[in-house]
Amino acid sequence: MDFRWDILVEYAPFFLKGTILTIGLSIASILIGTILGLLVGLGKIMKNKLLAWPFTIYITFFRGTPLLVQILLIHFAVVPLFLDKTNPILAAILTLSLNAAAYIAEIFRAGIQSIDRGQMEAARSLGLNHVQAMRFIILPQAFKRMIPPLGNEFIVLIKESSLAALIAAPELMYWGRAMQGQYFRVWEPYIAAAVIYLVLTLSLSFLLNLLERRLATE
Amino acid sequence: MIQVKNLKKSFGKNEVLKDINVTVKNQEVVVVIGPSGSGKSTFLRCINMLETITGGHVLIEGIDLTDKNTDINKVRTEVGMVFQQFNLFPHKKVIDNIMLAPMKVRNIPKEKARAKGLELLRKVGLEEKADAFPDSLSGGQKQRVAIARALAMEPKIMLFDEPTSALDPEMVGEVLEVMKDLAKEGMTMVVVTHEMGFAKEVGDRVIFMDGGLIVEENVPVELFDHPKEERTKAFLSKVL
Ligand SMILES: Nc1ncnc2c1ncn2[C@@H]1O[C@H](COP(=O)(O)OP(=O)(O)OP(=O)(O)O)[C@@H](O)[C@H]1O
Ligand SMILES: [Mg+2]
Repeated sequence: MDFRWDILVEYAPFFLKGTILTIGLSIASILIGTILGLLVGLGKIMKNKLLAWPFTIYITFFRGTPLLVQILLIHFAVVPLFLDKTNPILAAILTLSLNAAAYIAEIFRAGIQSIDRGQMEAARSLGLNHVQAMRFIILPQAFKRMIPPLGNEFIVLIKESSLAALIAAPELMYWGRAMQGQYFRVWEPYIAAAVIYLVLTLSLSFLLNLLERRLATE
Repeated sequence: MIQVKNLKKSFGKNEVLKDINVTVKNQEVVVVIGPSGSGKSTFLRCINMLETITGGHVLIEGIDLTDKNTDINKVRTEVGMVFQQFNLFPHKKVIDNIMLAPMKVRNIPKEKARAKGLELLRKVGLEEKADAFPDSLSGGQKQRVAIARALAMEPKIMLFDEPTSALDPEMVGEVLEVMKDLAKEGMTMVVVTHEMGFAKEVGDRVIFMDGGLIVEENVPVELFDHPKEERTKAFLSKVL
C-alpha cells in the first residue's frame, strides 16, 4: 500500500485548525460540564426528594440516550429555538457540556457520598454552616477521590467531540472527512486523526497523573 | 445550662428516645451509661441538633433549639462535641483542624487563631504536632487534638460520645487526663462512657439509660454502689 504523504502535508494546516477547535471544544465543554455537573450532583443529593427529582431526570436522560441523538437534537431543534441561524460550534459545546455534566454529576455525587458522615457532623458541630462544611471539609476531600473518574470523563469527552463533525463543526474529524471526500483515501485522513486524538488524550492523562501525584504527597 | 424536656426521637417507626427529662447545671459533669442501643449517642446528638428532634424541647442557656427562629449554627458554637471516631479533617494539618472554625465562623484573624490553637495544643500536650497531619498521630493523640479543636470555639458545654472506646487501652489514660483537667476548670460536660473510674472520680451525677428512657440517676457512689432499679443492677453487674 502506498501512503500519500503529500496529501497529508497539503492538509496539515486544516488538521492544525481542526485540532485547535477540538481542543477548544473540549476545554470549553470540560469547564462548563464540570461546573454544571457539580450543581446537578449537589441537586441530586438534596434531602428534599421533590427538589432532587428534576436533577435525577436530567442525569437519566443524558446518560440514557446516545450522544449522537443529543447533538442532532440540539443542533437542529434546540439551538434554532433561540438563534435565527443554528451554529455548529455552539451546538457542539452545548451538547458536550450537557452530556458531560450528567456523568460528572454522578462522579461528584459518588465522591461526596464516599466521605465519612462524621466529617460533616464534626464540621457542623463546630458551628460551620452547611455550605462552609461542604466547601472547606467535604469537597476538598471528595475532589481528590474524583480526579481519576473525572480524568476518564474528560478523555471520553475529547474523543466524543469528534461527533461534532456530523453537524459540520470544523474540528479535527471534520477535516479528516473532508480529506477523504476530496481524495477518496481512507488511511491517510483517519490514521492522521487517530494519531492526533491519541496525542491529545495521552497528554491529558499525563497531566492528570501529575496532578494526582501532587495531591497525594500533599 | 442544658434543659431537656420531654425529649422524643424516632427513626421512622423506631422510637429511640421516649421521654427524656434532664437538667445539666453550669459546671456540672454528667456521665451517661447504658447498654448498646439504649439511645445514649442519640441523646447527645439531639443536644446539638445533629439529629432532628421528634418531640419535646432542648434548651441551651435558655435558648430553645427546637424553636424555628433559633440560629442553630450560633448555638452549636457554644456546644463542643467529641466523637468516638475523632472525625479529624484528614486533609488539614493538626493546627489547621483547630484554626478552621474560629477563622471561618468567628472571623478571628489567622495569627490570633494560630496562637490560640498552639496554646490549646500545649494544653493537651501536643504542641510539637501542630504541623503534622492527623493520619500520622496515634488514636490517643487524635482524640486530644479533637478535644483541642472543639475547645477552640470556647464552648460553654462539651459533649463526649465514648471518647475512649476506639482507643487502645494504653491510650485511654491520656485522653481521660485531659477531660479531668477540663472538668476541674469548671467546664459543663456530658460524657457517654464506660469508664466507671472516670465517672466516679469526676462525675457529679450518673445517668443510666435503657430502652430510650432514663432508668435511674444519682451521684456516682450511690448509683454504682447502691443501684435502686433492677435494670441498673443487671447492667452494672455486667460492666463492673
Ligand atoms: N441514623 C439512624 N437511623 C436509624 N436508626 C438509628 C440511627 N441512629 C441510631 N439509630 C438507632 O437508634 C438506637 C439507639 O442508637 P444509639 O446510637 O443512640 O445507641 P447507643 O446507646 O449510643 O449505643 P452504643 O453504646 O452502641 O453506642 C439503635 O437502635 C440504633 O439502631
Ligand atoms: Mg453510641
